Amino acid sequence: MRCGDFKESYLKDETIFQTYWVKFWLFILMLFLLGLPFYANSYVMYVANLIGFAIIGAVGLNLLTGFTGQISLGHAAFIGVGGYTAAILVTRLGLPFWVAMPLAGLTAAATGMVIGIPSLRVKGLYLVIATLAAQFILEYVFVHWESMTHGIRGINVPAPRLGSFVFDTEQKFYYITLAVVLLGVGFARNLVRTKWGRAFIAIRDRDLAAEIMGINLFRYKLVAFGLSSFYAGIAGALWVGFIKVVTPEHFPFSLSIQYLAMVIVGGLGSVLGAIFGAVFMTLVPELLNVLTSFAKSSVPGLEHVFLPMKDVIFGLLIVSFLIFEPHGLAEIWHRIKNFFNLWPFSY
Amino acid sequence: MTTVSETKKNQEFMLEAQGLYLKFGGVNVLTNVSTGVKKNEIFAIIGPNGAGKTCLLNCINRFYQPHQGKIIFEGADITRLKSHQIASLGIARTFQNVELFRGMTVIDNIKLGSHVHLNTGLLSAGFYFGAARKTELGLRKEIEESIIDLLEIEHIRKKTVGTLPYGLQKRVELARALAMKPKVLLMDEPVTGMNLEETEDMARFILDIHDEWGVTIVLIEHDMGVVMDISDRVCVLDFGVKIAEGLPSEIRHNDEVIKAYLGEKDITYSRLGA
Ligand SMILES: Nc1ncnc2c1ncn2[C@@H]1O[C@H](COP(=O)(O)OP(=O)(O)OP(=O)(O)O)[C@@H](O)[C@H]1O
Ligand SMILES: [Mg+2]
Repeated sequence: MRCGDFKESYLKDETIFQTYWVKFWLFILMLFLLGLPFYANSYVMYVANLIGFAIIGAVGLNLLTGFTGQISLGHAAFIGVGGYTAAILVTRLGLPFWVAMPLAGLTAAATGMVIGIPSLRVKGLYLVIATLAAQFILEYVFVHWESMTHGIRGINVPAPRLGSFVFDTEQKFYYITLAVVLLGVGFARNLVRTKWGRAFIAIRDRDLAAEIMGINLFRYKLVAFGLSSFYAGIAGALWVGFIKVVTPEHFPFSLSIQYLAMVIVGGLGSVLGAIFGAVFMTLVPELLNVLTSFAKSSVPGLEHVFLPMKDVIFGLLIVSFLIFEPHGLAEIWHRIKNFFNLWPFSY
Repeated sequence: MTTVSETKKNQEFMLEAQGLYLKFGGVNVLTNVSTGVKKNEIFAIIGPNGAGKTCLLNCINRFYQPHQGKIIFEGADITRLKSHQIASLGIARTFQNVELFRGMTVIDNIKLGSHVHLNTGLLSAGFYFGAARKTELGLRKEIEESIIDLLEIEHIRKKTVGTLPYGLQKRVELARALAMKPKVLLMDEPVTGMNLEETEDMARFILDIHDEWGVTIVLIEHDMGVVMDISDRVCVLDFGVKIAEGLPSEIRHNDEVIKAYLGEKDITYSRLGA
């Protein structure tokens, strides 16, 4: 029986998955995720892919906003940079998707770092405005750099392929998404428990004290911008490979806000939180959609009541989370876990 | 202005201020302050409230830019360096009002202190294999065995700093500074706000660090008992001007110092512990 946790060695103390139970449940989860395409229909797999992209984007944004404390309103634009880079590299240069994707990440990272340069001088709201400007400038570029982006007509992209195997269905693409999500989440989770993660948090909490520890604020803020945009770029490349087309309206300002909402609802400064937030923000609107069409088919006319209610319900859910659990879904999860850790002695 | 032991002045300083001037909005906070600490010394800076003691340390840490004068460390001019560069030279600092990361655990705070000694690359950190893993484990072991044992904070190492009482927070801040493996430790009022027992513990820790780790210590303190007990030399500031410097026994009976402190001999004697 498990009762609290008393760790004997530092090694054990420093590992992520601390007990056999956690490992066991992770194993079950992996089996479930790997097997999902065999019993789920295309719609479910479509949503699963969207959730995957959102997780990658949100984990990236949380590194910047949740860990380093730099709020960005331009995340969608960096996703766009990744999407367009991948599309252009695949269609113009004929590069395979597997090469274009990391290059898309790097291009987005470079863009993000340029946007991050003002973070040396400006803080808080002023920096937020700088990232907002980046969002609109990049959106403008997507629309008006016709020779590269084909403006509002966008670029058609072929599905990724490996030899003769083409990833052209939701089910097949899902495995790419899953692999990248695992890689991205694992990387972030590791990073935050080394000197890099500690430096990020130190900058967020008290930049003066961080500098006294020898942390070069500018360097680490830039790295955070770069990393966060790298994740965004990868998410963008996946998105484009998945829906096989890229147009400017895929990366609106409202998407940036949505990503910010994911990390806030999920839990700032927690990798797990970003995952929860991404799942929540993607799944709930879809569930509400399903409910609406269900209402339509069972009681004709009801959908007129339900349709406008959808956004209201979604909004209310977000607000109530913020009120009742300001530390996000990750905190709720911790509490549930602790309850069972000590169960049945959890008084 | 009388300097008590003019003769001792021109010896090798490890860390030295030369003719520092600092102004805020036309007001002189530091006026031509020259002083220094020798290797392996415990050097105290005292003076009434608002004398400019904290400002002097802030100039060394490069939070403030002196308008004139130089700061020399191990023979090199460091007046133009950035704060984080000062840290990597081996100059550590604790603050008058604790500057810890309140949301982090004690152990994470201390780990942050060793930041400059870790060279884990981004990729190796993200994949956490090999070197990164070994570095983190080695760091943990080192901190546990040297710093946490020395400062007797085993019982709180997993606690969040914000939940700790003030006295312990000061100790954690010292622990974090030690994790920098500093050559010089600048301490701003390490025992202020502590009870007698905590004060004695802290004084003992400072001496341990000095004796066992060979760290040179610069100490700002109002508690004259501690200052007179543990310091090798004392420098006195008043209204931004250095009015005296010398052995504790010399400072205790210096007229300028007594006047600066209260103007009234009896009370001053009791405060200076003379
Ligand atoms: N950032 C600042 N801007 C303007 N004035 C300042 C600033 N920092 C300090 N001062 C002024 O400089 C003078 C010296 O301050 P300092 O904090 O160095 O005093 P101190 O000797 O450390 O005093 P205490 O013993 O009370 O800590 C004070 O008059 C203070 O008001
Ligand atoms: Mg002070």
